[in-house]
Amino acid sequence: MSESGELSRRTILMKLGIAFNAVVGLILAVPILRYVLSPLARSRKAGYESWIPLGAVSDYPAGETRLASFQNPDVQPWDGKTADSACWVRRVDEGKFQVFAINCAHLGCPVRWFAQSRLFMCPCHGGVYYEDGSRASGPPERGLFIYPYKVDAGKLFIQAGELPTPGNPNAGIQKTGKATCA
Amino acid sequence: MRLIEQIGEWFDARLQLAADVRETAGHMVPRETASWFYVFGSAAFVVLCMQIVTGILLAVIYVPSAGEAWNSLQTINHSITLGWYIRALHGWGSDFMVALVLIHMVQVFLFGAYKFPRELTWIVGIFLLLMTLGMAFSGQVLRFDQDAFWGLGIGASISSRVPGIGPYAVNLLLGGPIIAGATLSRFFALHVFVIPGLLIAFVSLHLLMVVKLGINEWPVPGRIVSKATYVKEYHELTKRDGIPFVPSAVWKDLIFGGCVLLSLAACAAYFGPFGPSGRPDPTIIQTAPRPDYFFLWLYALLSLLPAKMETPALLIGPVVVIAGLLLLPFVFGEGEKSWRRRPLAVLTVLLVAVALGTLTDLAAHAPWSPEMDAWSGNPVPEKFLEHRTALERQGALVFQVKQCRNCHALGNSGGNRGPALDEVAVTMTEDQLIRQVIQGGGNMPAYGKNLSPAETTALVAFLKTLHPAGQPPARDASREIVNGESSPPSGSSQP
Repeated sequence: MSESGELSRRTILMKLGIAFNAVVGLILAVPILRYVLSPLARSRKAGYESWIPLGAVSDYPAGETRLASFQNPDVQPWDGKTADSACWVRRVDEGKFQVFAINCAHLGCPVRWFAQSRLFMCPCHGGVYYEDGSRASGPPERGLFIYPYKVDAGKLFIQAGELPTPGNPNAGIQKTGKATCA
Repeated sequence: MRLIEQIGEWFDARLQLAADVRETAGHMVPRETASWFYVFGSAAFVVLCMQIVTGILLAVIYVPSAGEAWNSLQTINHSITLGWYIRALHGWGSDFMVALVLIHMVQVFLFGAYKFPRELTWIVGIFLLLMTLGMAFSGQVLRFDQDAFWGLGIGASISSRVPGIGPYAVNLLLGGPIIAGATLSRFFALHVFVIPGLLIAFVSLHLLMVVKLGINEWPVPGRIVSKATYVKEYHELTKRDGIPFVPSAVWKDLIFGGCVLLSLAACAAYFGPFGPSGRPDPTIIQTAPRPDYFFLWLYALLSLLPAKMETPALLIGPVVVIAGLLLLPFVFGEGEKSWRRRPLAVLTVLLVAVALGTLTDLAAHAPWSPEMDAWSGNPVPEKFLEHRTALERQGALVFQVKQCRNCHALGNSGGNRGPALDEVAVTMTEDQLIRQVIQGGGNMPAYGKNLSPAETTALVAFLKTLHPAGQPPARDASREIVNGESSPPSGSSQP
């Protein structure tokens, strides 16, 4: 065989080797990508779409707004205190509630309730909301995020497994199709 | 001595590096580049090495777990010998590094060093700047205190606004549906493996190109960069008027680098470590999160942009800025290098510096944030209560109890979200005050539902007393005319 023929044979073998490694790379890329994208996996949603207890309905006097804390449904032992979250529970009247996320609808800072002026104020950029959660002033483009709730056997439950954000205000709750019921 | 030489020769016989290293170190550079203006890049590199060393020292103790990170920082601060100092060095090192990278960038920009053939050196430099900022942010997250926790919430809120993929981006950023253990773990991986690995690779490329292409010559007005002739001219310049980089130029880098390290050590010793602030407990909401120094301008911008402009500005702004920086050497790759002949370049730097400086300064005072405890903590100054009627004093009480003070200052204390009210009666009539209180507007909530008629009357009576001694309160002239027709011609005021 001539020298150039030998060379082209070797070149073809090298290209074959590269192609083989590209295929192996693709095969490996599938599990790696699935691992990296696992926070998006639908199978994990079931856990954080569950109903979270907020205690007895009688803990929340009618006409008042109170801070409540709860444990997130999807937690790990090493989450520490970050396994917990807080929310504002407003009992409008005997049977009607509003449960607001603690996060400002602007950039997620914790809003504080002022019972005297009946306003929520945010310490970060000065967003203010009325007692029904609607926007009063400041940079937020909308009212406070509202968690769906239900009352079952004298206990209050909410769906709040996912951090609500301006781009995802109904985080993780709309798929169940049984929002606010009393 | 002979033994050391022999050992050196033994190694070099195998490594065969000494000749190359000697040649690289002694390569000729234009004489004027041995300048105090050319020391910032090497100083940033020195601080990077410092960050790597102190970072590894901290990783020896730090526990990257949401449940334990804060406690492990307390241990480093208080229980480990000089742990606080290593944390202080690392924290201050991060501030020094961002500052030096920015100064280096400004110098390179003003000296036209990004022009042909150093376009790629500039582009790699832009990525180095982004990675430095990425390290600064992820480092703040690893502190995992209240500021870090709510800072992540802000990051998530911004990411969520990307159209279409926003909610997915949030889940990927946080590693799950909420800010928790998975979030800290992935920021640890970013801060300790991903970004530093890229940073070291890109710094190596950056330095390689500096050595291969030569240090940018001192810009002389009138000496025009042209792709056809530049390389030849540069080599002629270094041949005609060159000095070896080592030792003729490097001594300034060494002295400045040493000074930077010494200042860093002094700042760390004097000011100590950053935080950690409160425990990252999402149920403790008595907190006012603030970003670290180098993101304060962003915090100010997010408060001051009109609501409708915010999302477009957040999503389009960074793309435009980064694209502009990357395209700069391609659009202005030739021509004048000297800043004396580039007034637009100088103006751009000044404008950006003034804008960032002003926003940072504003953020230090944060006038847009309500002062959450002013209503209960800052009493109405006595001078506003003296010689007032019972109704007016009742109004002062309403003013405090309804948290007006959180946004409105009296006697220089209270919030600055709304205007100070020390002299409000001079500019607003009684009717205007009532309307403003009840309907709000101009960034003030409406208090109509939250004040009884009696409270409103008392509050406005108090506000009407807020005017300087010699200056009468504002009055509605038209009303007097209207009322004047039906009232006695003497023009006396209504009962």
